[in-house]
Amino acid sequence: MTVAFEGFTHLIPHAAAHETIRQGIGDLTLIRMTPDVIYDQMIGMGLVRKVVFSYAGNPGVGLLRRLRDAVENAWPRPLEIEEHSHAAMANAYEAGAAGLPMAVFRGYLGAGLKAVNPNIRSVTCPFTGEELAAVPAIRPDVSIIHAQKADKQGNVLIEGIVGVQKEAVLSARAAIVTVEEVVERLDAHPNACVLPHWTLDAIVEVPGGAHPSYAHGYYDRDNAAYLEWDQIAADRDAFKEWMQRHVLDADEAIFATRANRIVGAA
Amino acid sequence: MTGFSPDEMMTVAAARALSSRDVCFVGIGAPSAACNLARLTHAPDITLIYESGTIGTAPQVLPLSIGDGELCDTAVTTVPVPEMFRYWLQGGRITVGFLGAAQLDRFGNINTTVVGDYNAPKVRLPGGGGAPEIASSSQQIFITMKQSKRSFVPKIDFFTSFGHGNGGSHRQDLGITTAGPSLLVTDMAVWRPDPVTKEFTVISLHPGVTLQDMADTVGWTIRYSDAMTETPAPTAEELEVLRALKARTQAAHNREVAS
Repeated sequence: MTVAFEGFTHLIPHAAAHETIRQGIGDLTLIRMTPDVIYDQMIGMGLVRKVVFSYAGNPGVGLLRRLRDAVENAWPRPLEIEEHSHAAMANAYEAGAAGLPMAVFRGYLGAGLKAVNPNIRSVTCPFTGEELAAVPAIRPDVSIIHAQKADKQGNVLIEGIVGVQKEAVLSARAAIVTVEEVVERLDAHPNACVLPHWTLDAIVEVPGGAHPSYAHGYYDRDNAAYLEWDQIAADRDAFKEWMQRHVLDADEAIFATRANRIVGAA
Repeated sequence: MTGFSPDEMMTVAAARALSSRDVCFVGIGAPSAACNLARLTHAPDITLIYESGTIGTAPQVLPLSIGDGELCDTAVTTVPVPEMFRYWLQGGRITVGFLGAAQLDRFGNINTTVVGDYNAPKVRLPGGGGAPEIASSSQQIFITMKQSKRSFVPKIDFFTSFGHGNGGSHRQDLGITTAGPSLLVTDMAVWRPDPVTKEFTVISLHPGVTLQDMADTVGWTIRYSDAMTETPAPTAEELEVLRALKARTQAAHNREVAS
């Protein structure tokens, strides 16, 4: 199964990823522009066969140590990678959302990735003759995002850094959204980023569900937790112990507790 | 004011290269400090753009990541990521793309992907993110990073972002119409590409830096400009603003938070 948990630093669906780990859903192909801590965790738990990505780092901190261990040492299992640039993945999501088979853009000029990724090809513009990069559209089986609000009908509002979440939802066969809260009415600005209820398959209210990432207007990014992850993920045993305590032996309620400790700082 | 670190000299020298007219696509790490120092000193009207979608941002503290809420809160507008890459970068609206590197060669080619062979890497690095297209679509590229033999290498292991290739007209030969790397600022020197060969050439050494220091930290035979000077030391104002920015940043990121 191919799954995209999207979020561009902001609104990363941590709670949904932890539930996936608790349910032991495995052999996943994970897609995401910026696989960070949650993909490090799923890879380290052995649930991932392949990852499609464009920047695999712990944002602002450094490398993803569990992903590195999988790529460099095949621990806990070998990891297949399909690597792109941000421009390629953003365009590929857009193509998926638009129902097109591929994305065309001016990219990868002189870059080495096209030599190691057979999904990076080129097309010639029929009007100008310019050679342009082409990548296949992204079409996940399931896309999962986190957002601020849903109304009673199930319409979802995303505010702040909106990343590629709308495209991730519209390109997927099924879409799940976790939200900070369900409200009577969205009262959204006319140009706001709203996903109508009929584009979604499930909405789950999980207050704090993005922690240690952040939800604009609700709580700040927990930068210290990202710095701390670098230490936890550096050691296989420390990693397993942390996952047992904070994920396998926990439930989604833990997120509200954590986020409450940084509420008000936003 | 006297006494400054090589890191401070690097940030100050890089900041000086920017002006209020620039529309700058800011990369993670050292570039972010330089761009914000420029904004807080001589280039108050510079437009800073981060790939998370924030346009015209003016953060009071340096973001830990390219998607911090502070960037959105202080931006003129925040756009979706696909729009950022399609309209703003690919559309040719960026005057300076400001990048760092894990490995760099004398022609400004950048590697942030792997050390060693791609399929069996010694070290798997984060990868390119926005950099492959920032390098080809921005009107010019500035690079800032610390010198070391590990990072200033004769031959990079992977072409994450294309600089001047093998030099000369290699860029144009590939159909790239933008200028490419036009400035390199390190903790020891300021470099510019030779107009013909495109090899980075030292145009000024930072105060106190010796030719031996240079040879010890660069993995190729360095070219020096005939007109080489000494980089002017940071002014009292530059140091004061930079240190205040770093102190605010430190305080913000070390706040006690949940575990």
